[in-house]
Amino acid sequence: MIRIGIDVGGTNTDAVIMDGERVVASFKAPTSPDVMTGVSESLNGALTQSGVPAQAIDVVMLGTTHFTNAVVQRRGLAPTAAVRLGLPATEALPPMVDWPPELREAIGNRYYFAHGGHEFDGRVITPLDPDELRRIARDIAKRRIRTVAITSVFSPVNTEVERQAGEIIAAAVPGAHVTLSSDIGRIGLLERENAAIMNACLRDLSKKVMGAFRAALDRSGIKGRFFLTQNDGTLMDAGFAERFPVLTFASGPTNSMRGAAFLSGVQEAIVVDIGGTTTDVGSLHRGFPRQASIAVEIGGVRTNFRMPDVFSIGLGGGSLVVEDKPNGNVSVGPRSVGYRLTSDALIFGGKTLTTSDIIVAAGRADFGDRSKVADLPPALVAKTRARILEMVENAVERSRLTPEPLPVIVVGGGSILVDDRIGDLNVVKPHHFACANAVGAAIAQVSGEVDRIYTLSKSSRDEALADAKRQASDAAIAAGARAGSVAIVDVEDVPLNYLPGNATRIRVKAVGELSL
Amino acid sequence: MWQMTRQDLRDLAVGAAFLGTGGGGDPYIGRLMVQAAMDAGKTVTLLDPSEVPDDALVIPTAMMGAPTVLIEKIPSGEEAVASLRRLEEFLGRKAYATMPIECGGINSTMPLVVGALTGLPVVDADGMGRAFPELQMETFSVLGVPGSPMVVTNEYGDNTIIQARDDKFMEWLSRGVCIRMGGAAYIAEYSMSGADVKRTAVPNTISLGIRIGRCLREAKQNHKNPIDELLKMLPDTHYSYGRIIWGGKVIDVRRETKMGWALGYAQIEGMDGWRGTMEIQIQNENLIARVDGKVKAIVPDLICIMEAETAEPITTEYLRYGQRVVVVSVAVPPIMRTPEALEVFGPKGFGIDEPYTPIEKLV
Repeated sequence: MIRIGIDVGGTNTDAVIMDGERVVASFKAPTSPDVMTGVSESLNGALTQSGVPAQAIDVVMLGTTHFTNAVVQRRGLAPTAAVRLGLPATEALPPMVDWPPELREAIGNRYYFAHGGHEFDGRVITPLDPDELRRIARDIAKRRIRTVAITSVFSPVNTEVERQAGEIIAAAVPGAHVTLSSDIGRIGLLERENAAIMNACLRDLSKKVMGAFRAALDRSGIKGRFFLTQNDGTLMDAGFAERFPVLTFASGPTNSMRGAAFLSGVQEAIVVDIGGTTTDVGSLHRGFPRQASIAVEIGGVRTNFRMPDVFSIGLGGGSLVVEDKPNGNVSVGPRSVGYRLTSDALIFGGKTLTTSDIIVAAGRADFGDRSKVADLPPALVAKTRARILEMVENAVERSRLTPEPLPVIVVGGGSILVDDRIGDLNVVKPHHFACANAVGAAIAQVSGEVDRIYTLSKSSRDEALADAKRQASDAAIAAGARAGSVAIVDVEDVPLNYLPGNATRIRVKAVGELSL
Repeated sequence: MWQMTRQDLRDLAVGAAFLGTGGGGDPYIGRLMVQAAMDAGKTVTLLDPSEVPDDALVIPTAMMGAPTVLIEKIPSGEEAVASLRRLEEFLGRKAYATMPIECGGINSTMPLVVGALTGLPVVDADGMGRAFPELQMETFSVLGVPGSPMVVTNEYGDNTIIQARDDKFMEWLSRGVCIRMGGAAYIAEYSMSGADVKRTAVPNTISLGIRIGRCLREAKQNHKNPIDELLKMLPDTHYSYGRIIWGGKVIDVRRETKMGWALGYAQIEGMDGWRGTMEIQIQNENLIARVDGKVKAIVPDLICIMEAETAEPITTEYLRYGQRVVVVSVAVPPIMRTPEALEVFGPKGFGIDEPYTPIEKLV
């Protein structure tokens, strides 16, 4: 199988071509404002370098920050109606209540409360009222809103009313795109609703962007299937991604950590991804990034996506090095020359002392013009290198979950900052380390997930776990995993506090190889 | 008498999580509800207990049930007000003020919602001085103020009045109603006179929550160690003493449900000079901390697990393998340490076969 992985980052768009388990070519191009130009350029660069004909490509996997950035920068968002089912409950806090006001205004701040919803144990709060929903749909249509997000109380326990409400609204609003919260999120009404609304307001953009991705692939003559990576490091096909653009949020760090695991062949490790401005540190368990346990904000909006637990520090290949004259202390970052490294750093004839200059002066790397840093005082070089190492060590120590001497996999363009050891840990710098994120996209698998509350008076805990595992596996297969390859990778079982009656919340994730 | 600001509210959300000692639920939803009321032009007035006339009627309000239900089935907002109004009707008297029954977790904020919506002042005091899992675990109850009559209300306004022979039975009956109502319900109980507030409540616990949140926030802003600053502040309150009892990494978290309790324990491997492994027993809240079988802190003194880097209090549901934490224990006020109080919410109240030793006397 020949596949291409593409990572569209803030600075660079990377493409790698893989033949089975082997990386045959990698190419970096600047990310372009229209995104497509950068994708085409990196794609063509990698194809030319490898000599692989475009028709031979079986599948393309793409990781993108485009949709995250659209929300963060509040651009390209469609006016959206939020419909919440749960009356008379939930009225205390309307949809988008905790959003930054300008984002709420950017999508029209339009919301409706309606009857519906369930209790935690599956009982109905109030039956759905079709007439009420038709009235809401007429109002939505009248306001020329075409994207709708529907969220029902405890829809992870019972998805039925969201589905019914979606059908009623779709029938009454011509051309409506409807997002159901149960298709996206987990328990936590506001967070799930936030994700559903953000997804809905990205639908117009996703149609455009996915069309453009397809056009870029067509132009390069690629006929293979096309997938996007989601925040947990697994794949969704292009059609699904077009419907659920919100699932691409934060796929970047996941891809680079998965890529690091693959390139190094190590499944249990700390990953250090050093870029131009920041360093992300996270830990791998069974080849997957460990997940953050707290709510994650995106563009100022609280969500409950499972994001990798990544610790970021302001250290990169372009970080500014400043010596505090009186006491001789050296500070590194968080300011950085970023993409201007090749014009502003001393080794490139600029006037700014950066970490890259220090590393070249120390003879640990050779790029730019070495002679420009020949006069740097050796004491300053030594002190700065010690400071860099200290920063990385602290970040690694924070992500280190066991006293066992796990290896540290170092990837990213700024990897030159680090030597063979961090504290007592060995450093692994795999081949193609600069393109680990695109490799992570290329090797992504397919997942299915379940998060719901089981009442254990109706079934035993073992039965509930077995049911959740079965549902997660089925979801993975439905998403495109090969049946025989699906394995359960994560099980979490948290009893509901302060509630006799033995209810427990079970979350299961299953992952499998892509079936072609 | 003073008016709460938005900053107070944000600080309280952090301080209440600290006073929740791992339980009590995330105050996020309650904070948003008060904020929404403030956005609509409503205000929250807090009253020092000394400002409540002796013959005034105070009706405490709260949420009961599972925080996990609350984050999904958000209330209509009127439930707790309806409980208070129903109890007024039943008693044939109007309330002068409302009050928290619990200052840890979500219930630090619920009476503020009631205060904002009704215009009633909120007494700066409570009956737990922290978070506890059951309704009889109140200084009110210990000192002779009965919880009954109690009103339980849901989002429809369905309600029931409970008059129980004692507060423990009131807890048992209302818990059943709460489950029928979907696992979260809104209550008014422990109605009492101003004189009884002064006699039985743990005073100034809402302002304490605000002070804790503010102290942690300001320490971070001024690049000081937040936990050190907090410990320095405590002697200035009636939670007169606190210290760090452990620092390390969470290496195991076990949970199970038994009889409606979320039972479990966390193991924290010592680092930075702390040798050995601390085991914290959890029963919704952190109850007892031991190292090699030796008690280091015990309920009702506060045992709070905080994120080492950020000094954020960590609730039991967010405890995860690998977290770097600092464990802080704080002395509760004398009103919570009498033999009668310890009988109800000391080690014995939780079935722990261990005598209570104040944190000041443990090493």
